[in-house]
Amino acid sequence: MTPLPCYLLLSALLFAIGLAGALTRRNAIMVLIGIELMLNAANLNFIAFWRFGPNPQALTGVIFVLFSIGVAAAEAAVGLALIIAIYRHYRTINLDQIDSMKG
Amino acid sequence: MIAVLTLASAVAAMSLRNLVHGVLALACTFAGLAAVYLLLDAQFVGFAQILVYIGAVAILIVFAILLTRSGEASPQRRFSSTWAIGVGIAVTVFGLLSGLILSSRAVSQEIRPPPVVTVHQIGDQLLTKFILPLEVIGLLLTAALIGAVIIAMHEKERE
Amino acid sequence: MDQIFVTLKCWLVAAVPDQWQPLLSAALSVGAIVVTFPLLFAITTILERKGLGRIQNRYGPNRVGPYGLLQPVADGLKALTKEDVVPHTADKVMHFLAPLVLVVPVFLALAVVPMGRNMAALDMDGGVLFFFAVGAATELSVFMAGWSSRNKYSLLGAMRAIAQMISYEVPLILSAVTVIMAVGSLSTVRIVEAQGGYWGVLPQWYVLTPWGFAGFILFMIAGTAESNRSPFDLPEGESEIIAGCYTEYSGFKFALFFLGEYLGMFAISGLGITLFLGGWHAPLACLGWIPSYVWFFAKLLGLIAVFIWVRGTLPRLRLDQLMGFAWKFMLPMTLANMLAAGVWRFMPAGAARWIVCATLVAAPYVMLGRALAGRKRLGKRVYRYAD
Repeated sequence: MTPLPCYLLLSALLFAIGLAGALTRRNAIMVLIGIELMLNAANLNFIAFWRFGPNPQALTGVIFVLFSIGVAAAEAAVGLALIIAIYRHYRTINLDQIDSMKG
Repeated sequence: MIAVLTLASAVAAMSLRNLVHGVLALACTFAGLAAVYLLLDAQFVGFAQILVYIGAVAILIVFAILLTRSGEASPQRRFSSTWAIGVGIAVTVFGLLSGLILSSRAVSQEIRPPPVVTVHQIGDQLLTKFILPLEVIGLLLTAALIGAVIIAMHEKERE
Repeated sequence: MDQIFVTLKCWLVAAVPDQWQPLLSAALSVGAIVVTFPLLFAITTILERKGLGRIQNRYGPNRVGPYGLLQPVADGLKALTKEDVVPHTADKVMHFLAPLVLVVPVFLALAVVPMGRNMAALDMDGGVLFFFAVGAATELSVFMAGWSSRNKYSLLGAMRAIAQMISYEVPLILSAVTVIMAVGSLSTVRIVEAQGGYWGVLPQWYVLTPWGFAGFILFMIAGTAESNRSPFDLPEGESEIIAGCYTEYSGFKFALFFLGEYLGMFAISGLGITLFLGGWHAPLACLGWIPSYVWFFAKLLGLIAVFIWVRGTLPRLRLDQLMGFAWKFMLPMTLANMLAAGVWRFMPAGAARWIVCATLVAAPYVMLGRALAGRKRLGKRVYRYAD
């Protein structure tokens, strides 16, 4: 099997693990960790396609991944700030207990 | 082998009871992914991954764990009551993706020689072809910075 | 004479069959670093204690060998044979791994610093980026050390240490960016080669330009903060928080933390020498016959002496003073420095360039200094004597 499907399968598996974690864990921070894993899996997909794709000299994959890393970092910062604000209000970050829209 | 390590630490990150161990497993996953990027001849991305993800995002998550006191052992169950559906969805997604990958003709191409990527070229492309995303990401990061500070600020003055 | 280590390594590598050659080459480079820098660490501990002692008007250690020079041997024996106490409720795996996670990235960082002509262990296209990436990984070890001890004071020390390290990473990287802008490459070997010429008598090092001078000072201040050295050593201030994040460590693990911290200091000094002080180049063209690694280590020892001097002289900064210094003073200064470096690049050579860039660096310094000190409303100093 050529290397490209191997890397794509690795990326798909990471994505699925991240998705499973994001959908099943109760703690909000674990959900965020799952989302970060999913973003990383997507980045790996981009790099694999860049490396084995038709035009590696255009550097599109590399630059997209750089921006994706930046965006993921920004989103992690905002997400964690939100979690801290929620903790201050509800005194818990257990997602099963944060189930009312009433402030 | 690096793939196995990465996958193992990803599973550990998602399933460990102790959150801090989970974050460290996540950092290990990031390191494994950086190694994979280095194998794929994308050195700049690999180092940027270590610098940004391990050096900043993992530490952010650690700070959040400390500020929300989730580091203590929680007696409640780790997984929510509807966990079977979540796992089922994840398995379905993986099955779909792997089926697509393995049956696609576009991916089984010949192996090319590694592309020579210098930082000079990346910078060049960033400032000519991708100048608009560069400026936009500057604005995005500024907005995220200000937003995060405002959201997490103490609201003592308003009461 | 200059290339003696390189020729020795080439000869050794050529003496083995082909498939073993890359492995032996890598092993020799790694071995050289692993042997040299811990030796330098041992010498530095004794120099520091004697130096601090003299600054504080006392002798340093003078019992163990002639003038106390065998003190590192005694310290090493003590560290190795001391009982390794691990708290009962500590997180055993993290407690064990924390020193390793500190020392391994620091050794990796030392690998990209060129120590002589053709003597960089790794010549990568993104050498400086690699250095900063592994520097960021050391912060995780500090957290692991503080958390795993399950001690309030350790955790507090670890949190303060991480806050300090991430705050000072930004001025560190920004002040290094000015040099990268001037050279046009992230590779440490290219950066040293770009500083090779001589203007008549003076070498073409970047520290001798206005933006380079300011950049060097900012880099050194940020580097002192990054390696938790005095006057920024609040995370492990001995008189304040016992040993901070390293409270629950004893024996060999504490020695490993100590080693990691000092090696971090060497790595930052090494990078400062590479970026600003011309790497392994001689200061005067006529002294070029002295081997390049001698110059590198001479400059490194000079910077270590400055670190020890600063530690003995300045009082420790409080945490809010420290953070305020990083974000309110150093960050605007590094941005002004980048502007000055850009202007230097595009102006024609001559006196005007010097004046413009010096003003661009000095003006924010003066303005920021006035603005930040003005709020305190300090009165006139009053002396009260015990009569």
